[in-house]
Amino acid sequence: MTPAPLHVAGERLMLDPAGLLLWPARRTLVVGDLHLEKGSHFAQGGRFVPPYDTRETLDRLQLALRRWRPARLIALGDSFHDAAGAGRLPAQDAQFLHRLLAGMEMLWVLGNHDPVPPEGLPGTAVEEFRDGPLTFRHEARRGPVKPAEISGHFHPKATMPTRCGGVTRPCFVADAWRVMLPAFGAYTGGLDAGDPAIAGLFPRGARVFLLGKDRLYSMPVAPSRARLVAAAGAAGPG
Amino acid sequence: MGTLPEPFAAWFAGRGWTPRAHQMALLRAAEAGESALLVAPTGGGKTLAGFLPSLIELTGRPRPGGPGALHTLYVSPLKALAVDIARNLLAPVEELDLPIRIETRTGDTPQNRRARQKEDPPNLLLTTPESLVLLLSQPEAGPFFAGLGAVVVDEIHALAGTKRGDQLALGLSRLGTLAPAARRVGLSATVAHPEPLRAFLSPTGRPDDVRLVQVRGGAAPELSVQLPAGRLPWGGHMGLASAPEIYRQIREARVTIVFVNTRAQAELVFQALWRLNDDNLAIALHHGSLTVEQRRKVEAAMAAGKLRAVVATASLDLGIDWGDVDQVIQVGAPKGVARLLQRVGRANHRMDEPSRAVLVPANRFEVIECAAALEAVRHEELDGDPPRPGGLDVLAQHVLAMACHAPFHPDALYAEVMRAAPYAGLTRRDFDDVLRFVEDGGYALRVYDRFRKLFRDSEGMVHVRDQRVARQLRMNLGTIVESPMLKVRLRGGPVLGEVEEWFVSTLLPGDSFLFAGQTLRFEALDAMTAIVTRGGEGDPRVPTYAGARLPLSTWLAARVREILHEPRKWRLLPAPVQEWLRLQRKRSMLPEKDGLLIETFPRGGRWFLVAYCFEGRLAHQTLGMLVTKRMERAGYGPLGYLATDYVLAAWSAFEPTEVESLFEEDILGEDLEEWMAESSMLRRTFRNIATIAGLIEKNHPGHEKRPRQMTMNADLIYDVLRKHEPDHILLRATRQEAAGGLTDVARIGLLLARARGRIRHMRLDRVSPLAVPALIEEGREWVAGGAEDALLAEAAALVEEVTGGEEIFAETLAAVTEGVRVRAGVVDKPRHSKGRERPRRSRFIRSAPGSVTGA
Repeated sequence: MTPAPLHVAGERLMLDPAGLLLWPARRTLVVGDLHLEKGSHFAQGGRFVPPYDTRETLDRLQLALRRWRPARLIALGDSFHDAAGAGRLPAQDAQFLHRLLAGMEMLWVLGNHDPVPPEGLPGTAVEEFRDGPLTFRHEARRGPVKPAEISGHFHPKATMPTRCGGVTRPCFVADAWRVMLPAFGAYTGGLDAGDPAIAGLFPRGARVFLLGKDRLYSMPVAPSRARLVAAAGAAGPG
Repeated sequence: MGTLPEPFAAWFAGRGWTPRAHQMALLRAAEAGESALLVAPTGGGKTLAGFLPSLIELTGRPRPGGPGALHTLYVSPLKALAVDIARNLLAPVEELDLPIRIETRTGDTPQNRRARQKEDPPNLLLTTPESLVLLLSQPEAGPFFAGLGAVVVDEIHALAGTKRGDQLALGLSRLGTLAPAARRVGLSATVAHPEPLRAFLSPTGRPDDVRLVQVRGGAAPELSVQLPAGRLPWGGHMGLASAPEIYRQIREARVTIVFVNTRAQAELVFQALWRLNDDNLAIALHHGSLTVEQRRKVEAAMAAGKLRAVVATASLDLGIDWGDVDQVIQVGAPKGVARLLQRVGRANHRMDEPSRAVLVPANRFEVIECAAALEAVRHEELDGDPPRPGGLDVLAQHVLAMACHAPFHPDALYAEVMRAAPYAGLTRRDFDDVLRFVEDGGYALRVYDRFRKLFRDSEGMVHVRDQRVARQLRMNLGTIVESPMLKVRLRGGPVLGEVEEWFVSTLLPGDSFLFAGQTLRFEALDAMTAIVTRGGEGDPRVPTYAGARLPLSTWLAARVREILHEPRKWRLLPAPVQEWLRLQRKRSMLPEKDGLLIETFPRGGRWFLVAYCFEGRLAHQTLGMLVTKRMERAGYGPLGYLATDYVLAAWSAFEPTEVESLFEEDILGEDLEEWMAESSMLRRTFRNIATIAGLIEKNHPGHEKRPRQMTMNADLIYDVLRKHEPDHILLRATRQEAAGGLTDVARIGLLLARARGRIRHMRLDRVSPLAVPALIEEGREWVAGGAEDALLAEAAALVEEVTGGEEIFAETLAAVTEGVRVRAGVVDKPRHSKGRERPRRSRFIRSAPGSVTGA
């Protein structure tokens, strides 16, 4: 596992190929949309998808926590698939989660799927969280962000063209002011980083980091089309 | 032969008809209360034979309205066929003024008519397998079917052996419980093996309980092969080079059906014909993605004799009788003799006159295939798949449907299910696990107990939880799984049909594509609809469909191999094909009778390996798994493979050098389990099974508008389930079904033993003449190995080189972009991307042709 260094607002951050972000100076680990208990959410609606998603996601989180031993963990919202998700945690998984978070500062940023603090779990729930130059929130804010923002929400993925066709992976999206994390949950799909919903947040272009087995693969992404058209219009004759 | 009772004898005589032997045979079977299977070529008066006994019975003992009026149930695979047959039956009923009421019930039947039918059923009800199961899931199904005297299953050969067939078999079995006295009648086109069809129809699952009535002969069809006047293409399956010849044939006949193999091909051939259509002949288009109204319009025009030709896919393979068709043209390889004969039979529905058909091969290999097909037809050699066990996913749907009908005891339902031939071998363990899956998912981790859909009472009876569950089932009933589709609508105009969502996701506003026989310009995506306008510039693209990506099966491999081996037989082939084979001999070599020819060559950034085994697609599919596994171990970075009936083609990131070792017998010892589980074939199979079993819903109450958001990526579910509960019933069902697409390893062993010491490896600098057709075949499988990461590393390094390898890129990027005015057309593409390659904008991770996907 080789993390990729990234400098944002003068801070040195590390991108973990497993899809997490580390801020070494603050011993802080940041994880994107966990969507815990998505399986049981579907089961409520009569679709019995396998109930092992929470365990699978926590297993992966445990590996990252062991690797980085952070003092603080920030979950960027949509940590549970719905507001009642924490209440549905099977006892075994709830205990596991308690053990994982023991002795650590835990910050639950609230998301659109889980707008209320998770019931019965350690940690503090916050709408957003600011530390030094960095603001942590669920959904990236439109327009300029000062000084810098770390967010989740969009589940970005990207396709890298290779000589044998495109390879699609979940990815980080970053420019000088923003870092967007990929979703971390076992049952989370993705939205292409070229989609206007994401690209619109990076009007000057961005760099994507595709998750790989042991490392990240990065490439630049051109400024969004909409902006180009607007710019062309402004620069055009008449 | 006996005689018909009055007034039917007079009616036959009045039309100058005499009852045919098989019509009388079915009448005798009905009088004896026995079930019967009628196997006859098209045009034998099959349908009338199936209904005649019912008409006679109902004339003798009329059933006025009210419950119990339903005498005969007719099930056909096509809605349109049910409607058409109803119309045809009305002729004798009205002319003879018989006291018989006939109605249809399909997905198109309006709600109020359905409700009325429940109260006051007709004497003859014509329906489809899906509508039958819906009827059976109703609480009132008992009295509704209690008086049933006969069930007629039309086109039974097209249903048996499919998942729709499984569903129908289970439905028939339930009918056997509700109306034990009802006899069954099966109507089938000529097939190689009638035994499995008899078993399918049988109330006991045993073939002996069904009388077999076989009509032999009919005039042999007149088949010919038409080559293009110009160059004979090397590859491609579209057959466009022959458009002028097809057009000429259309002009010379009265009414022609031009059969093609895929919807994309239909669009292209249709366009090509209209470009030549100086005479303004009425040529129409018919395929499964056009709107129902549009298809009905074409069918009506055809029936009214207003068309000279229709370009059609399998959507016209079955059914509707258009007496006037006098020519069938098959463009592209016929792929299977039985299917070819079925299509040829669409021309001329009179049994005693020969049908006329023209085969138009699209490339050189297809010429050989067509020659082989003609030989096979001459020798009356039919092909067909052996019966396979019924799908457990279909069973899951059925179990829930039966619970919606009424509480059941598992023992009784198990016994009933076993009476359906596809489920005759169902183990109690599988049945119980399917039942548990329907109840609460059946997971070892029992956390869904409070969400269960079924519960058991103190006597062990199984009840459905509530009406919501029943509603959910009825909305999702059926076994046809389609990729997410988007409607195509003309701006300010009508809906033209549907294309797959992924195809739309590759379009940018302004791009043009061919659809519904016209060139369209993509304007915008509006919710679930692609808005288009007529016209558009540039080279239009053609939508393809997942169904079309599946390879077609042929059984002609042995005959093709024989022709290749025997230069003397080349005389059967036209000169350009002979030339092609000679070229192969010069550039590489021809496959030898006893050896195994393997070619390797670089192409498009990858290395290809083509092995000429001629063992059939299923064997090559298995071999593909084994060989790519060994390639992975050897570090060649396999990316994918393709199995045709003739060859196995595999491609990799790096050159395979030790080719002989890839085909050594000890590859059979490889641990395939894990490798197979990762394969795209298993993933695809799981996706379908999860959908049919109800894990992933097509529709959800209250969310009809945005079904996409309600579904979850099947690949993610598959990965989690495989890791945490590898023996779950859905995974067992997946493996069982996938095994049907593979051949047993023993047969591969024989092939490898035969090839030992006789492997001829040709290392070429480019693709060989013989390999061309294989490389453009549909149905590629991809390999999710380490090669993906190796390729990403390569690509990322290239990007790095181009962008200068800035470590602290963010500031640099900002500094650079801040000062530069962005101009359209200059930086509107990332520098690494070339040509048409651009990231797809699909919302879901999925595989699409030409790209490798992973998560």
